[in-house]
Amino acid sequence: MSVQYTSTELLISVIVRLLSGCRHVVTGASSPIPGSAALLAREISGGTLHVNVLGSTRHNSFTNGGVELFDLAAQGRIDAFFLGGGQIDGAANVNLVGIGRYPDLEVRWAGSFGSSYLYFLVPRVILFREEHSRRVMVPKVDFVSAPGVSPPNTYRRGGPYKMVTGLGVFGFDRRHGRFRLESVHPGHSLEEILDNTGFEFEREAQVPVTPAPDAQVLHLLRSRVRGEIAEAYPRFAASLTN
Amino acid sequence: MPLSDLISLAEMIPHGAKLAVPSENSGVAMAATRELVRRGVRGLHLICVPVGGLQADVMIGAGLVDTVETSAITLGEFGSAPRFAAALGEKRVRVVDATCPAIYAALQAAQKGIPFIPLRGLIGTDVLANHPDWKVIDNPFQAEDPIVLLPAIQPDIALFHAPLADRNGNVFIGRWRELLTLAHAARQTLVTVEEITERDLMEDIERSPGVIPALYVTSIAQARRGAWPLRFGDQYPMDQDAVGSYVAAARTEAGFRDWLRTWLAPQPAQALA
Repeated sequence: MSVQYTSTELLISVIVRLLSGCRHVVTGASSPIPGSAALLAREISGGTLHVNVLGSTRHNSFTNGGVELFDLAAQGRIDAFFLGGGQIDGAANVNLVGIGRYPDLEVRWAGSFGSSYLYFLVPRVILFREEHSRRVMVPKVDFVSAPGVSPPNTYRRGGPYKMVTGLGVFGFDRRHGRFRLESVHPGHSLEEILDNTGFEFEREAQVPVTPAPDAQVLHLLRSRVRGEIAEAYPRFAASLTN
Repeated sequence: MPLSDLISLAEMIPHGAKLAVPSENSGVAMAATRELVRRGVRGLHLICVPVGGLQADVMIGAGLVDTVETSAITLGEFGSAPRFAAALGEKRVRVVDATCPAIYAALQAAQKGIPFIPLRGLIGTDVLANHPDWKVIDNPFQAEDPIVLLPAIQPDIALFHAPLADRNGNVFIGRWRELLTLAHAARQTLVTVEEITERDLMEDIERSPGVIPALYVTSIAQARRGAWPLRFGDQYPMDQDAVGSYVAAARTEAGFRDWLRTWLAPQPAQALA
């Protein structure tokens, strides 16, 4: 038996599994896939998981303004958050600012958003970047919006937990400051990941294949979550095909 | 009586003002921004609370902004902000890169009338390394605990769009309480609203917790669909076609100038709406 699914649906299902055991998940700017995954995880939890999607009014319970997200993070009341990265390096440093020598950048991106703070405070920060290429997965980021690891005297309660890309799933070993490849998505290979990654990472001799989304996940995504995410991400929701 | 009209409201923003505006998740005063561009205001220090979007891109593209202090500028699902990128490349604008909670915290310091405020995170980032004003100190109450201090940000003017105001100058903002922080922190607060009600909002016990009292409000002008083409809460969605046309046009300076001419041309339907 094989169920058809898109690469976007696979990524959403991967992230849903990474949210297991969370009480409160928040998704930030430009995060339609994490947002869909968080809403889907809430459906599966029967509504016990608290989800806040920035950019949404309906799926957002904050009543103390924009600062509430950051106050919650500082108090340890957010279990998981997502960061992207124009560049990500092997020590899980994230660059959201641009390519080149700051401030004279060759390419300017949006900016660091809340990353320079939330990476320190949210226990499970999931790095999500669909494009897995050597221009993204670089040996060393040009600008540190948020560092993967910090010296022992730096107040740090959170940091990188996993990295999900279009090719696979990595864990992050905070003690050694290195990624470890955990699975390769169906239709892709270890060689493809090695060819497209600009840094070294740990791996077993045999890397498992990322499990396909199950029927319940696909059903909930297509029946309910697609409509829910449309409020904050109308263009993304329209691009999800059945 | 703080009720005014759009043109008079825009005239209250002088050249060189430190102007704070909310993100596209709250209410962006696009109609007032159009008047500001039409007036040709220059030398603004724009503070995006905490990120900028279409409004910042247009203001930067039209040459109103010398410095932009922000955590990011993005057009969301429409991608990067083209005029911001172009102006940076040509060094026509200076950017002070921050992080979202730092902008909020610095406004909260102004709200409390204190000179600075500490914030977690940031240590080891290039955001801190390149910021002109932030400092790291040792926590005076605990050894081995470096922490970042941010000076207060007191905007000269806060400008935003809200659903409703009354004739006494009270403004209903509902859950968008970052607008309350903005009004508390800024020296002056200018607001455009969808509607003016004859009822006193402070007498409505269900609404009053979501009200900025007139004490903080300098001037209000009615602007129906005043956030257009941006989304305004649940009242209207983003006009995808209008934003799409902007993004297509603003890829080049010439395209942006054409777009600006159309945008600034008198549009009776909207002016009267």
